[in-house]
Amino acid sequence: MSIGIVTAAYIAASVLFILSLGGLNNQESAKRAVWYGIAGMALAVVATVFGPGVYNVFLILIAVAAGSFAGYYVSGKVQMTEMPQLVAALHSFVGLAAVFIGLNADLMLTSVTELRTAYGDMLIANGGVLPAAGNAMVQQIEDLTGFGKKLFTKDAVEVSILKVEVFLGVFIGAITFTGSIIAFGKLAGRVDGGAKKLPGGHFLNAGALAICLILGFMYIAGSGIWTMVLMTIVAGFIGWHLILGIGGADMPVVVSMLNSYSGWAAAAIGFTLGNDLLIVTGALVGSSGAILSYIMCKAMNRNFVSVILGGFGGASGPAQEIEGEMVATDAGTVAAQLNEAKSVVIVPGYGMAVAQAQQAVSELTQRLRARGCNVRFAIHPVAGRLPGHMNVLLAEAKVPYDIVLEMDEINDDLPNTDIVIVIGSNDIVNPAAQDDPNSPIAGMPVLEVWKAETVIVSKRGQGTGYSGIENPLFFKENTRMLYGDAKDSVNQLLATVK
Amino acid sequence: MRIGTPKELFEGEQRVAMTPDSAVQLQKLGYECVIETGAGAAARFSDADYKAVGVEVVKTAAALYKTADVVAKVRPPEDVEIKRLQKGQTLISFFYPGQNDKLMAAANKKGAHVIAMDMVPRISRAQKMDALSSMANIAGYRSVIEASNNFGRFFTGQVTAAGKVPPAKVLVVGAGVAGLAAIGAATSLGAQVYAFDVRPEVAEQIESMGAEFVFLEFDEKQTDGAETGGYASPSSPEFRDAQLAKFTELAPEMDIVITTALIPGRDAPVLWTKEMVALQKAGSVVVDLAAERGGNCELTVMDEKIVSDNHVTVIGYTDFPSRMAAQSSTLYSTNIRHMMTDLTPEKDGVVNHNMEDDVIRGATATFEGAITFPPPPPKIAAIAAKTVEKVPEPTAEEKKAAEIAAFQKTTQSQVGLLAAGGLLMLIVGAYAPASFMQHFIVFVLACFIGFQVIWGVSHSLHTPLMAVTNAISGIVILGALLQIGSGNWLVVFLSLIAVFIATINIVGGFMVTRRMLAMFQRS
Repeated sequence: MSIGIVTAAYIAASVLFILSLGGLNNQESAKRAVWYGIAGMALAVVATVFGPGVYNVFLILIAVAAGSFAGYYVSGKVQMTEMPQLVAALHSFVGLAAVFIGLNADLMLTSVTELRTAYGDMLIANGGVLPAAGNAMVQQIEDLTGFGKKLFTKDAVEVSILKVEVFLGVFIGAITFTGSIIAFGKLAGRVDGGAKKLPGGHFLNAGALAICLILGFMYIAGSGIWTMVLMTIVAGFIGWHLILGIGGADMPVVVSMLNSYSGWAAAAIGFTLGNDLLIVTGALVGSSGAILSYIMCKAMNRNFVSVILGGFGGASGPAQEIEGEMVATDAGTVAAQLNEAKSVVIVPGYGMAVAQAQQAVSELTQRLRARGCNVRFAIHPVAGRLPGHMNVLLAEAKVPYDIVLEMDEINDDLPNTDIVIVIGSNDIVNPAAQDDPNSPIAGMPVLEVWKAETVIVSKRGQGTGYSGIENPLFFKENTRMLYGDAKDSVNQLLATVK
Repeated sequence: MRIGTPKELFEGEQRVAMTPDSAVQLQKLGYECVIETGAGAAARFSDADYKAVGVEVVKTAAALYKTADVVAKVRPPEDVEIKRLQKGQTLISFFYPGQNDKLMAAANKKGAHVIAMDMVPRISRAQKMDALSSMANIAGYRSVIEASNNFGRFFTGQVTAAGKVPPAKVLVVGAGVAGLAAIGAATSLGAQVYAFDVRPEVAEQIESMGAEFVFLEFDEKQTDGAETGGYASPSSPEFRDAQLAKFTELAPEMDIVITTALIPGRDAPVLWTKEMVALQKAGSVVVDLAAERGGNCELTVMDEKIVSDNHVTVIGYTDFPSRMAAQSSTLYSTNIRHMMTDLTPEKDGVVNHNMEDDVIRGATATFEGAITFPPPPPKIAAIAAKTVEKVPEPTAEEKKAAEIAAFQKTTQSQVGLLAAGGLLMLIVGAYAPASFMQHFIVFVLACFIGFQVIWGVSHSLHTPLMAVTNAISGIVILGALLQIGSGNWLVVFLSLIAVFIATINIVGGFMVTRRMLAMFQRS
């Protein structure tokens, strides 16, 4: 295939990727959109493999086959509650691949530069006459990979720019890699989910960043590949330490931020390789992640920077005293109330995912709806550990998506609702966000569940949950606490709800 | 410890302070329950019912007082009951310590601890043991039933083949717990209900129950009900005159009048005068829930039903809760049970009479040989009603001005961003070679397209979006593919790994997205 055809294939692939993302604006067109993405990817890979300057096709086939099998296996086996971990793990792969490709680029740059010097010397020795075909050195140049040929033609300024690009690609890639691994560990529960920092905190990060920059300058000045390797390690430390310092409830922001980084890493690699398709795709993914992070931060009324730097900031005084007490109830009473209710709103949170209660919740929904009760779900943008996490869980449990509503769609209806069931969510229904200017979450938009007739809170115990913020909702007069594991509680309800 | 309930001695009292249901709950707290034989009979709870849940039935009240550590009853104790009290015994009942000095002194002399259910402070935490409210609720409901029993017509309006029936008009005076319950009962029977209260803040509650608030044009600040523990305070003579004038105006129309106005520690105010009764239509009914304290209606005779000269029935019963003994026993025994729960924080069947606790301290009239009435004011104020300051609606011009200002602001920030971005491009362009700028154009345009496209993605599809972007960021595979043919073995090895993991990304990402999207179903 000629360069022209490969470029045409890349253009088609770019268009298909854009359509694929754009198609996600509703559930029906999304099903078609995935196929656009798959087609675009297939086109790009096939065109590249059969394009000029690609060798070792056999090795490629082995790697692709093994990778496809692994990807197929993992994607078929993953539970929907484990989606956040999977997404984080996939981010780390992109990061690692970017690091490798960046290092490779430098290795190749070194060898190509040597080749060019030798070629130049030979030309001078030959008196400026081009050597005949079949010359060993000419053959070597002919055999250069597509990327190698590009390197061969670069002048000094372009090589410097290339080095900056390699630096950026490896730097972002390394941060994405270790950051995603620690995020994966936190989401999978293998690393403690709380916010932790090494002594020195952000100064440590700032110091590491300074070291990276110094190493970067040394690299561009021509200090050799060891600077890059060292920089990879230091950047890896930044990623690890940065994400380690961000707590559980902020995970949606972290995951979307890493999504964004993986895109920027791909774009930087695209610049390195001079490949427009990589640049376009990286930019699409990068901006997608950036927008998701923005939406998540907005939903928590937090500044992006303060989320990234970890921990809640800005609590400016003592929290308001909470009056009243938590009143416990039991499944029998709740079931009786549900049998009477005309409209029910269910607010799921991360606790529902942890307890794997979505099937039971769906069953409850079906029974109530069969009785003519108006059941709806209210989803806060940051419910769960991944943007849109709850929607996927409910979809998995066969809850129809047209009764799953966003916060803005349902908040006005809550005062006319008979019963709100809060399952495993806490901060997103905390009235302190509106009432208490001293609360750490003051100003965060929340679901106003307390305006409903009755609120049932299914919760494991009396604790304050991930964020450690006391929730006055639990102390309201119209709130009843249903203690216990969410799945068990809902199953008990199922036993008595007709 | 043992908790016992004797048969009520007061004549006509049908309630009982312990039901089989509440006994089960009390046993869960670790108490043994004892009941005098026949105590629940009037409320339709037989001795056999009690025995079935493990309650011991004793023959006489005397035996019960001897064996029980806690005695729970409904009415204040009679003299003979006071005599049976023992030192250290806890008595829980209505007690009205404010009006029963002698009784209180007598009980104190016996060394008993008295918890007066009528003194439970009106704070949200104590609502579950607020027996006055639960009894008032029943009284309100029953007052409507008594009224309809004595009223010769339907409550609801009907158009029948035999002619049209107008709906009954009901006036409820005083919208406390009893008043609101009466409003609820009367509206659900189909009557047109009007309600009046001197506390303007209850208008909202009245309207929420389906009644119309009778508005009185009068310029006087009523003290907020919340400051006086949720009760009304006495009003000025001018206000009273205006109020009576309004009632006189309403009297001829009203078929049923239910009065519930009480002021703590005083006789009930006269709100429905002889003259007003005279103005009412024949067959109308007045139910006076304040009869025990002299009545709101001038004609009220306590505990009796009388008929006026113009055939208006005036009901002055004081035993409405007792007339629904099964219901009121259930609620009252639950109030008692909640009180016991607070008295037994350890759930070990031992009373821990904690005088530091606001609710327990407030309700205790005598404790360890000392009279502890009146209690100090509770630390937490009663259900505080905050006055909401009304934000003035912005006028059309203000709105327009705000819109223009917002528009200008966004224009400014956008132009600012564009200028800054343009400057940045210029600087990059001045130094970078042309080959870089070509790619840079692509990059910037792709970012713009990305921003435009992603804003359109629906919230519910954010997880699939992340999975798709994951898959397509596997495009880095192209980089590895372009390098894998290199002569350097290290490069080959690294790019091989990169191809492998990027493929996992691509295949895994797309497959999992498909799996997710297939699950989204419309109902």
